[in-house]
Amino acid sequence: MTSVSPPAKIAIKKIRPREFKPSDIGILALSVASSFSIVWILFFQLTLLSGALGFVVMWIPIFLFMYWLVNRQLFTRQVAIDRLIGSIVTLGALLMMLPLVLLAIFVFERGLPLLSWHVLTHTQQGVVYTPGSHDIGGVAHALVGTIEQVIIAAVLGIPAAVLTAIFINEVGGNFTKSVRVVVTAMSGTPAIVAGVFIYSIWVTRFGYSGFAGALALAIILLPTVTRGTEEVLKVVHNDLREASMALAAPEWRTVWSVVLPTARSGLVTSVLLGVAVSIGETAPLIMTIFGNQVMNTNPFSGPQMALSLLAYKQIKVPLQSQIDLGYTAALILFILVFTVFILARLLAGGAGKGKGSKRKALMARLRPTPGVAMEVMDDEADLPETEYEIEREQVSNAAQPRKGNDDE
Amino acid sequence: MTMSDSMANTETVATDRKVASSASAGTAPSLRIDGVSAAQLESVGIHAWFGERLVLENVDLVMERTKVTALIGPSGCGKSTFLRILNRMHEIVPSASLAGRVELDGDDIYDPNQRAATVRRHIGMVFQRPNPFPAMSIRDNVLAGLRFNKIRSSHKDEIVEEALVKAGLWSEVKDRQGALGGALSGGQQQRLCIARALAVKPAVLLMDEPCSALDPGSTLRIEQTIQEIAEEVTVVIVTHNMQQALRVSDKTAFFLAQDGNPGYIVEAGPTKEIFESPKDPRTADYVNGRFG
Amino acid sequence: MTNTTTTVTPIKISSKRSAEDRAFRGLARGAGLGTFVILFLIGLFLLIEAIPAFRSQGLRFFTNTGWQTTGPHPTFGVLSALTGSIIISIIGLAVAIPVSLATALFINEYAPAKVLGFVPVKNFLTAAVDLMAAVPSIIYGMWGFFVLQPHTTGLEQWLSTYLGFIPVFKSSTGLYTSSFLICGIIVGIMCMPIITSLCREVFSLTPNGEREGAMSLGASRARVIRDVVFPFAKGGVIGSIMLGLGRALGEAIAVAIIISLAFPINFHILQAGGNSIAALIALNWGSGGSLGTSALLAAGLVLFAITLIINMVASRIVNASMADRR
Ligand SMILES: Nc1ncnc2c1ncn2[C@@H]1O[C@H](COP(=O)(O)OP(=O)(O)OP(=O)(O)O)[C@@H](O)[C@H]1O
Ligand SMILES: [Mg+2]
Repeated sequence: MTSVSPPAKIAIKKIRPREFKPSDIGILALSVASSFSIVWILFFQLTLLSGALGFVVMWIPIFLFMYWLVNRQLFTRQVAIDRLIGSIVTLGALLMMLPLVLLAIFVFERGLPLLSWHVLTHTQQGVVYTPGSHDIGGVAHALVGTIEQVIIAAVLGIPAAVLTAIFINEVGGNFTKSVRVVVTAMSGTPAIVAGVFIYSIWVTRFGYSGFAGALALAIILLPTVTRGTEEVLKVVHNDLREASMALAAPEWRTVWSVVLPTARSGLVTSVLLGVAVSIGETAPLIMTIFGNQVMNTNPFSGPQMALSLLAYKQIKVPLQSQIDLGYTAALILFILVFTVFILARLLAGGAGKGKGSKRKALMARLRPTPGVAMEVMDDEADLPETEYEIEREQVSNAAQPRKGNDDE
Repeated sequence: MTMSDSMANTETVATDRKVASSASAGTAPSLRIDGVSAAQLESVGIHAWFGERLVLENVDLVMERTKVTALIGPSGCGKSTFLRILNRMHEIVPSASLAGRVELDGDDIYDPNQRAATVRRHIGMVFQRPNPFPAMSIRDNVLAGLRFNKIRSSHKDEIVEEALVKAGLWSEVKDRQGALGGALSGGQQQRLCIARALAVKPAVLLMDEPCSALDPGSTLRIEQTIQEIAEEVTVVIVTHNMQQALRVSDKTAFFLAQDGNPGYIVEAGPTKEIFESPKDPRTADYVNGRFG
Repeated sequence: MTNTTTTVTPIKISSKRSAEDRAFRGLARGAGLGTFVILFLIGLFLLIEAIPAFRSQGLRFFTNTGWQTTGPHPTFGVLSALTGSIIISIIGLAVAIPVSLATALFINEYAPAKVLGFVPVKNFLTAAVDLMAAVPSIIYGMWGFFVLQPHTTGLEQWLSTYLGFIPVFKSSTGLYTSSFLICGIIVGIMCMPIITSLCREVFSLTPNGEREGAMSLGASRARVIRDVVFPFAKGGVIGSIMLGLGRALGEAIAVAIIISLAFPINFHILQAGGNSIAALIALNWGSGGSLGTSALLAAGLVLFAITLIINMVASRIVNASMADRR
């Protein structure tokens, strides 16, 4: 079966772009324009709809209908449906990107004006929230708080997460599956639940502190990093584990010296992604660090501030300058998250590594059974040795191509 | 670097190892073969199962010290399974079980007091697909076994050189030992794996189709290597290549599994006899390519 | 020969491990068990802290709609917050599902690896989706409140004017800000990344043989999606949507920024005012005295229980459907 399919795939893929001719672009443009005008007249002029969202919501179905109709008239029903589905899918992807783009524009547009050295180095100490007050203070206390809390959370959460992933993937046992289910369930537990949990187990006894916030963040970080790590550990070739075992390595050695280093880049990525998510958490901080106005560099005692919580609190102050400060806090937060995210991507060593189409091939290699691994091996096209082998044997005047054995 | 030089190094390494492992010898009382350069391996009444399915039945085979034993037979007859039983890699597969004994110079490697890791240190393995550790340098790959077994040595350079020389890779990589293990060609990688297995000075080296992923040049190179190392270590090699078996081995065992029955040894004996005057007609058919 | 097989029994292989390996295994197993322990402790401690609230209201905690935790006769209950959470989640999923499925399909089936020879659309989209998952919810909330809301009221007004005869679109207040609809849209946007990336993963596990078989028979892409990709992915997609639902139910900050708390149960999604468990906790934290805190923790417990059940079921579905495909 595999010997037939690949050429077919290439043939089909190559034809596709040519199926969409310049005239089709015309049809597309026409449908866009006419649907635009219909929405404009029907909804915005006759029935007085207003607002960008309304426009988009009305436009999309009308465009899709027009586009389908035109193609239906010009071509066959199949073509019309194929194009309809194609445009729905493409529109979906565009709609998905839209909020991200708008969000980024939003935080920069609103947050940048106030971003200054002053804001980065001052706290809210002594700032009065009355109209006309000149000193809007700064976010230094929140920045310090965020950094401390995230670092502590990472120190607590990451080793636990990596160990859990090692348990699931390397050690195994009777309840591996249940642990995986629990981890997935935990990754879906609302962040605010982590907050109220830490409140009830920790804050009720030791009071609000940055450390309490870090505990909540660690709980949020744990499942994310565990799942990411598990995925990259899965991709580590089982041959390496066997090679290590054949060298008499103890299990922990195999994991520490062979599996983890091999998965290093993926590991770093999943850890950083977990950290990126935890930097921005707000809800669990409300009931753990509580928030304050002044610099508190000690995460172990007394309320602390965090950028996200500061943004949340400032936008509620009925004073434009303070709301603007909230925007700036959000911008700094966004930049932090984005930086960590980009770092994670860069360290992934080539985008999409171990994902997507390669994934299945990788998965196939992971099975611990030597028999299966060898079957996969035989299927692989990147090993043309059989040919060489035959050649060589012909040279050495032997009539025993090893292929003959495999065919049985 | 001549062969005699490397032999001189062997001495130092061997003593080194004796000292290093005597510290941990207390944990594995029944296997005291440290410092012995090669050993005889003998399987007695080996049966193997995957789940409920019997795949090997009553395999008796003596693999003499410093000889090369070739295992041949059609695909799926249990050669790999047998080989993996010889250094306790079989038990890694969760559903796998076995019966019988495997004796390394008379010590049963499946003795309840015997640790799998200890066994594997003495019985090395080279796999079908080259599998150097990609995150380690060439040098670290060679030294991996020592590191894994906490064997300390002040002669690391000599060990690396010796192992690479024996594996026939030294001249190609001596100037770039810091390069990553994955940065070599397939044939070089396989020789690196051989060097890695040799560095811990195993008594037996098991090879599962070590050349099947390689080009003819590398294959010849490795066959040469096998013959050289056979002076110091017992070699058991699985191969689908009759010519290879004929070229490198002293003894050949022909495995067969027919119609879903478990695999067993049809015939074993000196390679010459198996190929030139086999007793069993099925052996004759197989080695002459009439089935397989 | 066959007689011997019946008599031979497998030997017991001693799996003696060294002390360090036992320590290593113990450590890893401890971490694995730790996840159970944490989950258990969350339930336990929330329950302990919620006892005063349950004492005060009994089962009425699940049927009351108000939130009066101080004074001589406190009455409070989670019902209106719970219905609010559900309404927001339903709207959110209605927004998220089509867009997420479309994006996942686009990435998997349509996106060329490179456009114009150098723009890596596929990788870019994948990364963008991951980035969206990392964007803090506070930023989504602020954007929803300050940017999206002003652009939404027009649509809401229009809907209630022309479709007001449908009960959910009725608005008695004439105010359209801070409504369930806006919360739902934002929450939907926030659920998109998780649903998309999971669906994408599920879609990518479609067996290549069948896909190409269908294609080589002349099936259009739409056909391949309908007849090959979807049937294989069904379980996984349902599971991903349920995980998205869990997210939507638990979103606190974005909803807290947008909504103005109102305690009567309210199905009018365009109308100002609403409620949700997570937002209630975030907004009312620190007010309402010790009984108030206990009540909020009780609400948190309810939220935890609901999301836990949903996620457990969902992750089972997802894992099972991926396991057969691998
Ligand atoms: N992990 C496993 N689980 C179940 N059965 C297995 C496993 N590995 C091998 N088998 C079965 O055991 C039998 C022997 O397999 P083995 O790999 O030893 O054959 P082989 O002689 O090495 O074949 P080849 O020449 O193709 O490598 C086969 O029938 C195979 O299907
Ligand atoms: Mg084999």
